[in-house]
Order: sequence, then structure tokens, then C-alpha cells
Amino acid sequence: MFDDKPRRLTIIRDTGDKVFRGTIRAGGSVVLIIMVLVGSFLAFRASEALGVVGWSFFTEQAWEPDQGKFGIAAVIVGTILIALVAVCVAVPLALSTSLFITEYAPRQLRSFLVSIVDLMAAIPSVVFGLWGFFFFQPFIVPISKWLAQYFGWIPFLAVDGVDPTDPLATTTVYTSSSFIAGIVVGMMVTPIVTSIMREVFSQTPIGEREAALGLGATRWAMIRNVVLPFGQGGIIGGTMLGLGRALGETITVYMIISPVFTIQPHILQNGGNSVAALIALRYGESTPMGLSALMAAGLALFAMTLAVNFGASIVVARSRSGAAS
Amino acid sequence: MATDKKAVKRPRKKPSARTTTVYAPVELATPERRRTLGGLRVGDLLSIVGAAVAAFALAVILTTQIAPITGGIAFFIVWYLLFVSTYALLVSLDDSRTFVVDRVVAVVITSIATLLFSILIFVITFVIGRGSEALPFVNFYIDDMQSAGPLDPLSVGGVGHAILGSLIQISIALVITIPLGIAAAVYLNEINSRFSRFVRTIVEAMTALPSIVAGLFIFATAILMFGVPKSGIAASLAISVMMLPIMIRSADVVLRLVPQTLKEASIGLGASQWRTAWTVVLPTSRSGLTTSIILATARGIGETSPVLLTSGFTAALNVNPLADPMVSLPLAIFQFVKSPEPSMIARGFGTAAVLMVVVLTLFVVARWVGSMTPERAARGRIRREKIVTSIVSLFATARSAVEARVNATRSKELP
Repeated sequence: MFDDKPRRLTIIRDTGDKVFRGTIRAGGSVVLIIMVLVGSFLAFRASEALGVVGWSFFTEQAWEPDQGKFGIAAVIVGTILIALVAVCVAVPLALSTSLFITEYAPRQLRSFLVSIVDLMAAIPSVVFGLWGFFFFQPFIVPISKWLAQYFGWIPFLAVDGVDPTDPLATTTVYTSSSFIAGIVVGMMVTPIVTSIMREVFSQTPIGEREAALGLGATRWAMIRNVVLPFGQGGIIGGTMLGLGRALGETITVYMIISPVFTIQPHILQNGGNSVAALIALRYGESTPMGLSALMAAGLALFAMTLAVNFGASIVVARSRSGAAS
Repeated sequence: MATDKKAVKRPRKKPSARTTTVYAPVELATPERRRTLGGLRVGDLLSIVGAAVAAFALAVILTTQIAPITGGIAFFIVWYLLFVSTYALLVSLDDSRTFVVDRVVAVVITSIATLLFSILIFVITFVIGRGSEALPFVNFYIDDMQSAGPLDPLSVGGVGHAILGSLIQISIALVITIPLGIAAAVYLNEINSRFSRFVRTIVEAMTALPSIVAGLFIFATAILMFGVPKSGIAASLAISVMMLPIMIRSADVVLRLVPQTLKEASIGLGASQWRTAWTVVLPTSRSGLTTSIILATARGIGETSPVLLTSGFTAALNVNPLADPMVSLPLAIFQFVKSPEPSMIARGFGTAAVLMVVVLTLFVVARWVGSMTPERAARGRIRREKIVTSIVSLFATARSAVEARVNATRSKELP
């Protein structure tokens, strides 16, 4: 009898192969070095600022690096509020649109709609900012006012310093708010979220769909019991990716919001802030301390988007539909 | 072959209950067609239209007589809510609850999707519409803003400097990112080691890097540490840092789609890894790689925040990326609309329209390239070859005609 052991394979590579492998390995290493350099440089410069203020960096609201008094409490809260509004806008829109494309739209129209969504994902954010500032803001202010008038008793929808029942009161208090910035950012991230969800929904096994329909399910029953459970990972993953994009969005927020450096939990009210907008606003102060402080803020933002993105990829990879994407 | 014959013959001799008889497929008179699920019946259409009209009438009464509210949006929302409930009521007249839910959900999903598509199309038309004021001027595309003050009309000055600046910056960024990005993506796919998996994780992590942080990094290193001036090259570096992870990630996905069997066939024929990559993997995924490059370019050319920190702002044309500020399209938009002057805002919208056209073109090209299958590419090549040969043969005919003519005259002259 012979022992059926796998043979040891010896690979002898010729010169061409050695050069090729060396080249691509060098490419990969350079990319790795750049990426690690970005991360470690941020961390290094941020640590200078963090060393000065310590843990109060996370609790301090003001941003006066040259007085040694700065923290991201206000901007982080602002960033999260804007991103949450954005996600609340983007998820229903994206979920409906992706279901519409995969389930309801006429077959001939589908690929066209898919390219429109992908195209929208490529629209520059400054264009969305323009639209948001010049068209959407005047358009949405009455709705903000209405919300404040009837739902002002919910803490985060309250608006200070104005009587919402007074019809002649000025409406400027409702402009440049986290709410408006959040909605515009939400519109901006919707295409990305939609294309991820659509990708996952379209992978639903045809057999399971037909089984449900064959058992007499209506289209909605089929979607609820087959498509949505199958695409669960994609829904959560897409939402988190959208959240990551919304957290890091700069120009749209910068154009719309009027920056304040206090925690502003009233989303309908004028004023708010985000980490990215803060960096765009203050990078010009190039005192070394100011810059390290901005680096620390950037690092905090990056840590947040990184956590959200990794969470998303883990959720997608674990789900049934995720293996292929 | 011999065993095959036996297997076929045996059941004929001894037919038993275990034999499975396979009939030849029945030839259908008409070819099978996919059945369309859903579709619209007349009754459905009537109830939708009826519900819409009824809801409109109700909404008018409600918003003007009973509980007056102002504003088109408020009216629209009231109308929509009434429409959905009227429609549910109509359907429930002759269907059970399950069907009511199905119909209502279909209507809601369709209307939300329509809303989204109309918003997105509206964003584009709004920007192009507001920009159309500036677009007819030729000087808008070729001049810079040096001679144009904030109060000057649109017939003075333009964004030629920003168009050129964007092109220069993205070209430099592409020169950096294409070789690096493609090499890294090939590396992730060709060499499977612990190190390459680590590189992939880091690249995936870096796709989360906010673009403003990429700008801040270049601002702090290149500009403040190494003393590179705020210039085109600094902007290109910032764009590269931002584009690189995006490009690698999508190129990686595309390369992973190359069938393993193709690679194995090539290796099995004795090709080296380098030959396999160069003649099998890269050509197979050429259209996908091109698409990933073009989409990353669209992102890079449209992103404002990295260039905001690194390129500096100027009103003058500057074609030297190594020194002096160099403005690009998104940055120009951003600076224009900061001004309260209507003509400057019109310029901002015009620039946005130009930027959108650039991005749309890139996108359409990406789609076209991405849909290029080897078969279609081959067909195109054959068509081009045919055209070339026909042109060549046309020339040949013309030439021989001329030669015949010349020979004829010569032979006339000679004697």
C-alpha cells in the first residue's frame, strides 16, 4: 500500500515572475506605507494636543486651542445629530427605492434606474450644497416652523428664543440648522445606500421568491418574508456605510450650517457644527497647537467612521447575502 | 463506448418496473415566454385615479374650509395622506386585508421612489438651470477671473483657469494613483499571504477616511513640514490620498471576478504568473478596471474638501502645478457662492453646471466601457477594420484610376 500523501510542490519562478512579484509587492507596500503614515501621523500630531488637555478633550465644548481650552464635545454631538437626521432621511428613501427597482419597476426600466442611482452617487457634494443652500433651505423652513409649533414639546425639536405660535415672528431662527444640513446630507448619501441595498436584494434566490409566490403570497408578503430577511445584512450594512459617509461630509454641512461651539441639541434651531466643518473652518490658524487640535478632532472623526465602516463590513460579511459582495 | 452500448441495450431486453423512461422534450408551438408578474389592470388604475381625485377634493375642502393651512407642501402632504387612505378604503371594498396591505405598500413604495428620482433629477436641472445664465458666454470657459471684479457682469471673466486647474490636478493624481492602485489591487489578488490580507484590511479601513482629513494630512505634512507651497501638486497629493483606497477597493472586487478556471488554464499551459496576469487576468478585467479608475476620477474631480486646504485660491490662470495657488472647479464654485453678488452666484452655478457635465461625461464613459464585453469589443474591432479596409481599397481604386489615366496620357504623349 502507498501512503497517499500530498506531494510537496516546489515552485521555481523565472526572472520575469520574480520581477513581477517584486513590483506588485512594492506597489502594495507603498500603498500600505502611505495609509499607515496617514493614520500614524494623525495619531502622533493629535497626541500633542491630547497631552495638553487630556480627557477634557471629550467634554470641553469651546474651541480655543491657543488658550489651551478646546474639546470636541460640541462638534461631535453636532456631527452625530446631522448624521442621524441624514440616516433617518436616507434609509426610508433608499429602502423604498431599492425595493422599487428590484421588485416593482418594469423590467425594461430597471437597468436605466440602476444607472441613474449610480450616477447620483457621483454627483459632487458641493453641488448638493448649492442646491441645499439656495433652494432647499427656503423650501424647508415652513416645515421646520410647523414641527417646532406642534412638536416643540419633544425636547430635541424645541426652538429657543422664539414663540412658534406668533405668525409674524422671524423665521431666520429656523435656518442653517442641523435639521436642514442633515436632510441635504441624507439626500446625498441616499444613492450610495440605495445601490448597496439594491445589489443585495437582487441576489435573493429566485427559487425562494417563486416558492413564496407559488404558495399564494402577495408581492408584499413575498418581499417581507423572503427579500427583506435575505437582504437584512445589506440593509444594515448599507445604512452604516451611509452613516459613515454622512459623518465625514464636509462641504454640504459647511455651506449650510452656521457654526456654534456649544452643544446644540435643538436640531430645528439655527446653529450647529460638525467635525469636518470645523476643520474646514479653522485650518487656516496654523499655530502648531491649533493644528494639532484639529488633527485630534480629525482623528476622533476618523475613528468614528472607521468603527462604523468596520461594523458595516462585519454585518454584511456575516449575513447570508454578503458572501458575494 | 462499449460500456455505453451495453447500458443502453440492457433495459430493452429486460424491461422492469425500475426503468425510468425519459421522453424527448415536447416541441412547443410557440416559444415559452416569461410571465410578467403584477402588471396593471383597468380596475387598479381606476381605483388609483379615483382615490387621487377624491383625495384632492377632500384636501381642498379640508385645507381651505375646515382646518386652513398655508403652503403648497402642507397641501401636498395632506393630499398624499388622504390619497393613501382613500385608496386603502377603495381596495378594501372588494379585497381582503392581505391584498389591501399589498396594494397600499406598492403605492407607497412607488411614490417614495418617484419622489427620490424626481428630487435627484431636480437637483441636476436646478443647478444647470440657475447656471444657464452664465453658460452662453464664451469668455466663461476661456477667461480667468483676474480682470473681473465682484460687480462685473457675466460678459467679463470666466472659469477657464479652474477648468484647466482641475484637469492638471486630476491628471497628476491619476499619474500617481493608477500605477499604484492597479499594482496594489493585482498584488491583493495574485499573492495570498498574511501580509497581503493585512494590506487589504488597511485599504478597506482607509476607504472610511473622510476627505477633509486627507486634505488636513497633506496640509500638515507637505505644506507645513516640507514647505511645499499651496499649489496644484499639493492638491493632487491630497486627491491621490483620497482616491487611492477607493480605486484599489473597486479594482480588487473586479479582479476577484476573473474566473479562476481561466487562470488555472493559463498556469496549466505552462505560463508563468507574470504571463498569466498580463495576458489573462488584466485583459479579462480591462473594462472593469477602467470603470473603477473612471469612477474614482469622478470622485476625485468633484471633491472640494481636500483641495480647499491644499491648493490655495487664486483668480488668475496658473498652469504650473509646482508653485503658486491653483484653483479647481469645486473650489471655484465654493468661493463664488460665498459672495453676495448675484453675478458671482450665477458664476458659481455656471461652474457647477460645468463640473456636473464633466462628471456626467466621465460616468457615461465609465458605463460604456464597463458594458464592453469581449464580444462587443471584437465586433467593434471588426467594424473598424472593415472601415479601414474599405478606405484603403477606395484609395487603391482611386490610385489605380489615376495611374491608368497617367499611363494613358503618357502612352499618348510617348509616340
